[in-house]
Amino acid sequence: MSALVAGATELAAGALPAVSGLLPRAVDSAGDPSTAEAVLFWVLAPIMVIAAFGLLFARKAVHAALCVILVMISLAFLYVTQGAVFLGVVQVVVYTGAIMMLFLFVLMLVGVSSADSLVETIRGQRWIGWLAGLGLLVVLAGVIGTATYPDPVGLGTANESTNPRGIAHLIFGQYVFAMEVVGALLVTAALGALVFTHRRRLTPRLGQRERADARVRAGQTLAPLPAPGVYAKHNAMDVPALDPYGRPITSSVPRVLRVRGQEADAAEYAARIDRVIAGKSAVERGALGYEEQHQTPPPQADPAGASVGAPQIGDAVAGVDASAPDSEEGK
Amino acid sequence: MTLTHYLVLSGILFSVGSATVLLRRNAIIAFMGVELMLNATNLALVTFSRMHGELTGQVLAFFVMVVAAAEVVVGLAIIVAIFRTRRSASIDDVNLLKS
Repeated sequence: MSALVAGATELAAGALPAVSGLLPRAVDSAGDPSTAEAVLFWVLAPIMVIAAFGLLFARKAVHAALCVILVMISLAFLYVTQGAVFLGVVQVVVYTGAIMMLFLFVLMLVGVSSADSLVETIRGQRWIGWLAGLGLLVVLAGVIGTATYPDPVGLGTANESTNPRGIAHLIFGQYVFAMEVVGALLVTAALGALVFTHRRRLTPRLGQRERADARVRAGQTLAPLPAPGVYAKHNAMDVPALDPYGRPITSSVPRVLRVRGQEADAAEYAARIDRVIAGKSAVERGALGYEEQHQTPPPQADPAGASVGAPQIGDAVAGVDASAPDSEEGK
Repeated sequence: MTLTHYLVLSGILFSVGSATVLLRRNAIIAFMGVELMLNATNLALVTFSRMHGELTGQVLAFFVMVVAAAEVVVGLAIIVAIFRTRRSASIDDVNLLKS
C-alpha cells in the first residue's frame, strides 16, 4: 500500500507542477473570503436556492432533475472557490456526470410522464410536510446562528502540496481502512442492483426447436402462408391467392387487412372461379374480360382435383400474363 | 461576507431537500431530494474543512459522495423493480402491507 501511495504521489507531483502554481493563487485559500469570492457566492447562491425550489415544485420529473444538476454544478464552483479543488472535480464527474445521468436514465425507463398523484394517503400530509421542512429550517438557522466559530484558518498550509495530494495522503494513510470498507460497499451495491433488477424465469425458455415442435403438434400451417393474389388475375395485397382447385385462400390476405375488412371479396372470387369451372357460356366469360382472348379451354369441374391440375396451371400462367397490364394500371 | 454564509446556504438547501422528500410523491423526485440533502451536507463539510484548516472534512465529503453513489444504485434498482411489478413510480402506491 505504501508503495502505491508513493507511486500516486510521484504521479501527482509529475502531473501537477503547473496546476500547483496556478490553482492556490486563483482560489485564494485564505481564511476570510475575498471580494471576488463574495461576488461569486452572491451570484451562485440565489441560483442554487431557486433551482432547489424548482426541484420542490417542478411538475415534470425531468425539470426537477435539470434543477438538481444546476445546483450540483454550482456546488462544484463553490467547492473550487473554497480550496477543495479535488472535490469540485469529483462533484462534476461523479454527481452530475454519473449519478444524475443515472437518474435521467431511470426516468426515461420508468416513463417521463409519471406525474404525482393528488390523492392524500395520509390526511394532512401536505401541511405536516411543509411544517416539518420549515421547522428544520428554523432549527438549522438557530444552530448556525448561535454556534461560535473559530477564526477561519484557511487551507493555505493544508493545500501546500496541492489539494489532491493532501487528500490522497489522508485517504490512503489515516483513512485507508474506511477506503477499503467503502470499496466493499460499492461492490455490494453493484451486486444488490443486479439482484434487484434480475428477473427469474418462471417458464422454460422457448427456443426455435420448441416453437417448431409446438407448431407441428398444434397441426397449424407448417410452411409460411401463401402470398396474396399475385398468382391470379390481380397483383394486389387485398386479393386472396388461389389454391390448386382455384378456390381463394382467405389466410393469404394479411391479417390486418382482414381485420379492417379491407380484403377484396373472397366470395366474389369463389363465384367467378365456380363459373369458370362449371364451364359457363363464352358470353359470360367475355364479360369477365381476358379469358376469351386467351381462349383457355374451360376445365371440367372435378372436385377430386388430381386430373385437373395441368389445365389449371395453364390457367394460372395465362392469368399472370393478363395481369401484367392490370398491375401497371394499378401503379 | 463570512464563511457562515456558506453554512446558511447549506442549511437552506438541506431544508428544501427534506421538504422535497416529505412532500413529493414521485419516488424519483423524492430520491433527488435525498441527493440534495447529501450535497448540502458536503457543502457544510467543505466549509468546516476550510474553517479549521484541515482536509479531514473534505475526505469525509468524498466518502459521502461514494456512499451516495452506492445508495443511488440500490435505490434506483428498487424503484425500477417496484415499477416493473406495480407499473407506478408513486410512493403512495406502495402500501400493500397495510391491512
